[in-house]
Amino acid sequence: MPEQTASPDIRTEDVERPDAAVVRDALGVGIAVGLSGFAFGVTSAGSGLSLAQTCALSLLVFTGASQFALVGALAAGGTPLTAAAGAFFLGVRNAFYGLRLSQLLALPRALRPLAAQWVIDETSAVTLAQPTRRAARIGFTVTGLSLYVLWNLTTLLGALGAQALGDTDAWGLDAAGPAVFLALLAPMLKTTTERATAALAVLLGLGLLPVLPAGVPVLAAALAAPAVLWAEGRRRNGGGDHAREEGR
Amino acid sequence: MNTWIAIAVTALGCYAVKLAGLLVPAGLLERPLVRRLAALLPVSLLAALTAQQTFSHGHVLVLDARAAGLAAAALALVLRAPFLLVVAAAVVVTAGARAMGA
Repeated sequence: MPEQTASPDIRTEDVERPDAAVVRDALGVGIAVGLSGFAFGVTSAGSGLSLAQTCALSLLVFTGASQFALVGALAAGGTPLTAAAGAFFLGVRNAFYGLRLSQLLALPRALRPLAAQWVIDETSAVTLAQPTRRAARIGFTVTGLSLYVLWNLTTLLGALGAQALGDTDAWGLDAAGPAVFLALLAPMLKTTTERATAALAVLLGLGLLPVLPAGVPVLAAALAAPAVLWAEGRRRNGGGDHAREEGR
Repeated sequence: MNTWIAIAVTALGCYAVKLAGLLVPAGLLERPLVRRLAALLPVSLLAALTAQQTFSHGHVLVLDARAAGLAAAALALVLRAPFLLVVAAAVVVTAGARAMGA
């Protein structure tokens, strides 16, 4: 996650200084996360995808969690559509990043289809932390560009490396996928709602695994989110007249 | 072929939602319930995926070296280690546990 060195109250003696700070932040995130494309390349190739398929995923999908989810589901024997559905639902959060970014960046309509591919966790984190539109645009562009280039380069290297390594499981590389998921998940577990959702999803995901076709249990586990929201809403509204009064 | 279909569907779907965020009027997605659901959906998916990819092999639940690897990743996260180090910890510990016969 980005370190926010560009604090809004920084005194600007010369105009170049904040730009440089934004670029430094953006490159820090772009390089650190871009390098982890290596883990994806290895995991994907180790899951049995070809070099071309692995690289196509990083070039065209370019949202890490969805990519890991897809290759994991395919390796587990899921059908193309159930595997793609899990990856797609993970990607839905990017729409909400885009919503906030479009206001901040105020991109011309013609540029939006190009910029869209870069709307992901990391570019959003850097961009949303910037105090001005100029800084936001620089942050978005530099993070997006450095991350896109590096992520694809390291994906290629990882896939080539996996072919050279042979049995990637012997090197413990099958643990890279779950570790990436856990690292993405951990900062999201802020309140009881998120923790309850995660716990229910784990139970559903593991409990249904032996009985449902591959790829389906994870989709069923996604229902933990609406279930917890529903239970929370009920508790808030159904806790007697007193609670109902307070809720209004 | 099946794999290419999955890749094409995922690529189109993921691009479409990214573009939708930049194009749709803000009001459409700004309803509180939609926002909350969108924020919780990744939590449920990531939790389920973490558990499945650690504790299963095909349709069978298993406890093997990956559990040790995930525990190492969790420890690294608690210690606020950077992303790459978290992944590296999981890989190294899993490989080590396997080498010792777990």
